[in-house]
Amino acid sequence: MGVNADYLGRSYPATEPYEVSRVKIADFAEAIGDPNPLYTDASAAQAAGYPDVIAPPTFPIVITMAASRAAIGDPGLGINYAMVVHGEQRFTYSRPLRAGDVVVAQSTISGIREVGSMTMVTTETEIKTVDGEHVCTGYGTLVERGSG
Amino acid sequence: MTKFADVTVGEQLPPASYPATRLSLVKYCGASGDFNFIHWNERIARSVGLPNVIAHGMFTMAQAGRYVTDWAGDAGALVDFGVRFSAMVVVPDDDTGATIDVSGTVEEKLDGNLVAVALTARSGDAKVLSRARAVVRLP
Repeated sequence: MGVNADYLGRSYPATEPYEVSRVKIADFAEAIGDPNPLYTDASAAQAAGYPDVIAPPTFPIVITMAASRAAIGDPGLGINYAMVVHGEQRFTYSRPLRAGDVVVAQSTISGIREVGSMTMVTTETEIKTVDGEHVCTGYGTLVERGSG
Repeated sequence: MTKFADVTVGEQLPPASYPATRLSLVKYCGASGDFNFIHWNERIARSVGLPNVIAHGMFTMAQAGRYVTDWAGDAGALVDFGVRFSAMVVVPDDDTGATIDVSGTVEEKLDGNLVAVALTARSGDAKVLSRARAVVRLP
């Protein structure tokens, strides 16, 4: 048992293309309770210099979580998912995601460290458009609590 | 819109409070695709040792994101945004739910009109985000 440290640096295939839609952005903004018009009103977004409505800063988690599942769910990595909590999250942005973007996400296991009885696993997930433009990178750290 | 020239290191941003109710969490489950039982099922949450249903960490991070983008005046201004989830936001089954109180301090002004803001988020007595930092590009 335990997390296999040999998996540090392992990369997983990019996801199928994901199309960011106005409706999904509006649903997400409503769910987080953020009424910012740049998330729902294309003319307000255009007046602010964006081609279409943009997504809230944490929206990319929808895409990075799906991609990092390939890494986290890899049986060889040996994470006990029932014992896992979300420890840290970070995003770096080249620009906001926006409606109409068609993106792919690709995950790499960028950190495995033991802290006492816990193991922290970090996946780094790059989101790029299908044309290769970098939009955002997500760094998610899951903490597996030791069972002993 | 907040202007780079008007920002001072050490400046405190006006604090803000955001609600987290059971309804918020159900909506967030649907919007994010994270349907973990601990975010909506009190019976299962308690059975795994939690005090009650808890908010998604990413829901709390979203409130901190709203806080910074509202202050910056541009929802697309973030260039870097990171948090550590240091405690749970416990959401009781009542009409008010939990409250997430966010505050921030300007930590640094950087080249390229970038401003780093140190963030704090609390719910009740618990510090729910730590090492929370956002870097925004201001005009």
